[in-house]
Amino acid sequence: MKHTISVLVENHFGAFDRVATMFSGKGFNIRSISIGETEIVDISRMTIVTEGDDQIIDQVVKQLNRLIDTIKVVDLANTYHVERELALISLSLHKGSMEQIKNICDIFRGNVVDITNKSMMIEVTGPPDKIDAAVNVLAPFGIKEMARSGIVALKRGEQLKIQKKDNITT
Amino acid sequence: MKKSENILGGAEIFFECLRREKVEHIFGYPGGAVLKIYEHLHDVNFLQHILVRHEQGAVHAAEGYAKASGKVGVVLVTSGPGATNTVTGIADAYMDSVPIVIFTGQVPSHLIGNDAFQEADIVGITRPITKHSFLVRDVNDLAATIRKAFYIASTGRPGPVLVDLPKDVIASKCEFIYPEDVEIRGYKPTYKGHVNQIKKVVEVIAAAKRPLLYVGGGVIMSGGSQELAFFARENKLPVAMTLQGLGAFPGTDSLSVGMLGMHGTYWANRAVDTCDVLVSLGARFDDRVTGKVETFAKNAYKIHVDIDPTCIDKNVVVDLPIVGDVKHIIAEIASEMPNPPDTEEWLSQINEWREECPLVYEDNDGRLRTEFVIEKIYEKTKGEAVIVTDVGQHQMWTAQFYRYNHPRSNLTSGGLGTMGFSLPAAIGASFAVKNRPIISISGDGGFQMNIQELITAAANKVPVKFIIINNSFLGMVRQWQELFHAEKYSFTDLSASNPDFVKVGEAFGIESYSTDNPKEVDSLLDKAFSVNDRPILLEFKVVKADMVFPMVPSGGSISEMIVKRLNPKRMI
Repeated sequence: MKHTISVLVENHFGAFDRVATMFSGKGFNIRSISIGETEIVDISRMTIVTEGDDQIIDQVVKQLNRLIDTIKVVDLANTYHVERELALISLSLHKGSMEQIKNICDIFRGNVVDITNKSMMIEVTGPPDKIDAAVNVLAPFGIKEMARSGIVALKRGEQLKIQKKDNITT
Repeated sequence: MKKSENILGGAEIFFECLRREKVEHIFGYPGGAVLKIYEHLHDVNFLQHILVRHEQGAVHAAEGYAKASGKVGVVLVTSGPGATNTVTGIADAYMDSVPIVIFTGQVPSHLIGNDAFQEADIVGITRPITKHSFLVRDVNDLAATIRKAFYIASTGRPGPVLVDLPKDVIASKCEFIYPEDVEIRGYKPTYKGHVNQIKKVVEVIAAAKRPLLYVGGGVIMSGGSQELAFFARENKLPVAMTLQGLGAFPGTDSLSVGMLGMHGTYWANRAVDTCDVLVSLGARFDDRVTGKVETFAKNAYKIHVDIDPTCIDKNVVVDLPIVGDVKHIIAEIASEMPNPPDTEEWLSQINEWREECPLVYEDNDGRLRTEFVIEKIYEKTKGEAVIVTDVGQHQMWTAQFYRYNHPRSNLTSGGLGTMGFSLPAAIGASFAVKNRPIISISGDGGFQMNIQELITAAANKVPVKFIIINNSFLGMVRQWQELFHAEKYSFTDLSASNPDFVKVGEAFGIESYSTDNPKEVDSLLDKAFSVNDRPILLEFKVVKADMVFPMVPSGGSISEMIVKRLNPKRMI
């Protein structure tokens, strides 16, 4: 099963590398990884999408916690949370395709961010399945290049009671 | 003190920090990037620097020192090759959770990344094999970093910590401020066990019919041997030990079933296979212990006490985990136990297994065998020695035949299985332990892997007894070749290419003797034990093709345990 894991790490030399080394060294899978600043100046947040059965995910969380540079590890799988991803998609333009692409872009609430005679770049933001859907629909037009940011995620302010188990560990 | 008086150079800060960490011994080798440190070391008198002959030797010596004493072992080496030579030792310390701090020199900050002379990204290279590592980029961070390094290495589940010191940082000056307290927000080991979990453990053990304690090196590291002995004896619980756990509980106690696992005793493995409650204390369900995990202790309710949460449910999913310091948790369980479980029948069953298939060896053909030598060493030392083994057959025979009275007496490379460990580790241990004999036991293969450290032993007059069990083969590999690889003895026969070990020893200035006669073992050992102010070397030329039994084949179940050689005609 796919799990999104949010990790707060010390914002210093080598912290990212330690996390990446741990994943490769233990043979865990990384579907996507993103890292960026947080509201606290010396802490970064890594959002890692990984997959595995319960035992593997349990190990991933424990191994992340074991690293000295990690401050907090939260498996978001059993929490109410928001996930977003951004994709930049560059498409070839053919006769009459510009209008169609623009329409699809609007449906997905995307933006056109660059255009030439031969190509057009759009930006789509949303949950990863929305990005997948946009990519699927756009593929027939000829995707020249694509960059996806990987997922960023945050827990919602209020956690409802149906939450099965608290996977939050510090 | 005026502020200006407290301005120190990096090298001075380095030694000031070591002094405050109560470091008394440091194993090292000088080189370009650490010259400034060695310049100051010349005038430092609170610690002894032991010059090794290869940096790997320094790390193993620090490991031996740490394992024997419980203190942090310290290594100091230069950049580049000096640093990369420590890698095997660091990996070894990581696998066996040995608290050591490795200081490596590094090229000046402005040259890092330039492929400078003797540059290696040692922090990057050792990232997966250290508990943590630091590159000190500013002399102002030096004292706090060293403080953290010792703290991280020695607390929680211990392990190696590497501190990389660029040459310019060591040459810079700053105000020396020593942080008395360490605060690392991402590192808070759990020591106290969960109260309800402990209550549950007590209930389960009290109701058990066939309980078994499965004890690992964690009990020794936490200093919990006394608590364990009390707990086991009060409740008549049999104790099986892992390779690293040997010494945690007296091997002569009737409750000890010896080592379990691949080369464990028949009765220990039968006990694991049959027990209804398995209590793992400071052990990690290593594959050499479990064999096939699906059938390991298949009928047992499994309890796992460990300070490292990642060890729990890693290899074997357990029924009841407790994260915390095993010493305290054993004490708490013991104090809460209502009545001891009735284990009389269970213990007599184990004794039947013990008699059914005891540890035996061929001893009536007049030829010398490893088991005989180990038994003789045991006889002479009565389990009081510090035994430092290498890796291979002799290591397993020692684990089977030497019965340790005390913790921190069995020093060996378990997790990584590093040939070449024993010789330097025994040297390191000799600086920590002064009142008990220190015996290094190696095979002829492993002895040659750090043979250069003989001069470290000779130069420092360490009273280590170097014992070479020479079967002229890489014996354990040969055993696998015979059993599982079609008897193709590919590159394991050293009989035509081994050196004359007596001459080697003498070349290093060490009194050396050799024999292949069982009748001479006594007198040679007596000679060795009469020498206490310098090293001595004994070579025992043993039978070439003996095999270690019992043996549970790799990944196999206890039911597949081989208890003796299947084809006796091969008993050469």
